Amino acid sequence: MLNSRTFRRQFINRFVLIISTLAALLGIVMLVWILGDVVLRGFGVINWNFFTELPVPPGEEGGGLANAIIGTLVMTIVAALMAVPVGVMAGTYLSEFGKHNLFGRLVRSLSDILVSAPSIVVGVFVYLIMVKTMGHFSGWAGSVSLAILMLPVVIRTTEEMLRLVPGEMRESALALGAPYWNMMMNIVFRAAKNGMATGIMLAVARVAGETAPLLFTAMNSPYWMQSMNEPMANLTVTLFNYAMSPYNDWQELAWGAAFLITVSVLCVNIITRLILSSGRSKP
Amino acid sequence: MSTASSGRPGFTADQLFRLLTAAFATFIAILFIVMLGVLWHESQPAIDKFGFSFLTSSDWNPVSNEYGALIAIIGTLLTTLVAMLVALPVSLGIALFLAEISPYWLRKPVGTAIELLAAIPSIVYGMWGLFVIVPIMADTVQPWLYDHFSFMPLFSTPPIGIGILTAGLVLALMIIPFIASITRDVFLMCPQNLKESAYGLGATNWEVVKDVMIPYGIKGIVGAIFLGLGRALGETMAVTFVIGNAYHLSWSLLAPGNSIASTLANEFTEADGKLYTSALIELGLVLFLITFIVLSIAEFWLHSTNKKRGA
Repeated sequence: MLNSRTFRRQFINRFVLIISTLAALLGIVMLVWILGDVVLRGFGVINWNFFTELPVPPGEEGGGLANAIIGTLVMTIVAALMAVPVGVMAGTYLSEFGKHNLFGRLVRSLSDILVSAPSIVVGVFVYLIMVKTMGHFSGWAGSVSLAILMLPVVIRTTEEMLRLVPGEMRESALALGAPYWNMMMNIVFRAAKNGMATGIMLAVARVAGETAPLLFTAMNSPYWMQSMNEPMANLTVTLFNYAMSPYNDWQELAWGAAFLITVSVLCVNIITRLILSSGRSKP
Repeated sequence: MSTASSGRPGFTADQLFRLLTAAFATFIAILFIVMLGVLWHESQPAIDKFGFSFLTSSDWNPVSNEYGALIAIIGTLLTTLVAMLVALPVSLGIALFLAEISPYWLRKPVGTAIELLAAIPSIVYGMWGLFVIVPIMADTVQPWLYDHFSFMPLFSTPPIGIGILTAGLVLALMIIPFIASITRDVFLMCPQNLKESAYGLGATNWEVVKDVMIPYGIKGIVGAIFLGLGRALGETMAVTFVIGNAYHLSWSLLAPGNSIASTLANEFTEADGKLYTSALIELGLVLFLITFIVLSIAEFWLHSTNKKRGA
């Protein structure tokens, strides 16, 4: 009797172990499969023209996505310029003054929730407050919606990185008579600088791949960027339009765009991981 | 009397600093309230016209100006349901593998690979789904399901590749890394001596997981599941590519459908007329509220495990 019971327990155990190993294997296989397809179908499309030329109508030879690449870069950078100062200040509040009080907890939870909030709703919101009131789609509106998506991530990263700064460092500065703001500026921010920079890079990479919030804000454009006050070309919406189009050459360009976006985002992720792990082992 | 730095106590540089950071922290709360307010205000025409029946009517007809959200809501729930059914066992398996089974040298690379899956932009998942998964579904999987199970309402429509089932699968792929990496972190929080006591009593790996690690981390696991759920409900691009964008009520997973997010992505810029736009905004409001509730639940459970988020 005991033997059959032991056997049953062993059997169930083996079964679960095998299943979960297969699940992990499945995860790896999917990553390799997706990356493999993106690289195989996208890499061949990338050439000099891809980075230097405007898009051409389907059927014509050549053409690139230069305007979309520039548009995505500009909009993402402008979004970071808007979100980072606000996010760093708010994150500072959470880490320094709002650790345990009700308001701090509220802002912290709200940021956590907004990190995962549907980005398309942010697009609708920015459409209503900017596009509708100004009467036209614009790069500014695109940047604002990206900034709104970036903000909660920057807040939480800043808070976490500031908390890693040891209390003794703060106390030493305060004991020397430094005012709190001076201690923050000269000691804590400097100590947390690298961590905050990598966290912010991750937030930037995250929104650089966003599509949904740009559909109704920056929209898209086949031309070079003249100003941010008009519809602005960007990689992700272009990818969407091209991939959904019935033309083969446009679909190929879409794979090229997918390759470029995926490789950039993954590179930023891997580099920041390396920096963070090398920084953590030192002190 | 006139020494500059030690002025009145209510207004030192430090207090200014604190006030300034607090003001920026207030900004995100204000942003959230303004977002809700604007969406609510702009969906008034639709709310006035259709009232509660907006949520229960399956009419979505821009020509006759009749709008009901039922098809989009059902599409959202069905794709999410399919995604969760697939993603849950797989992510728990991955988390278990990473926390308990895998040899140590393998944990870091596999864990990193899973986390990198989470970093790939959703539009790449959507596009990959359209060009790679849809043909497989159309040629192999769906015909088989249709041939063998078409007596069930779930598989009762002819296979065309795109549709609710395909969207659910792509969605599952997207949320697996989120749920898996948080669940792994939760598993790793289980104290070693608890596990060792169980092993000492002769428990198998699975019994330790089932009777020690899962009960210990159940709050975090529930939080991770709700976080994945919130992500799946609001995901736009991965779904829009493969769901088929069709407006008819069907319980078949093989039929094309629509989710709230894909409706917005496809129709918002083209919507003409106040009522049409307003109905779409109300859809957005509904989605925002649903995900807010789901994510609040996730936040509550994750917060009570004191664990920072994996994303």
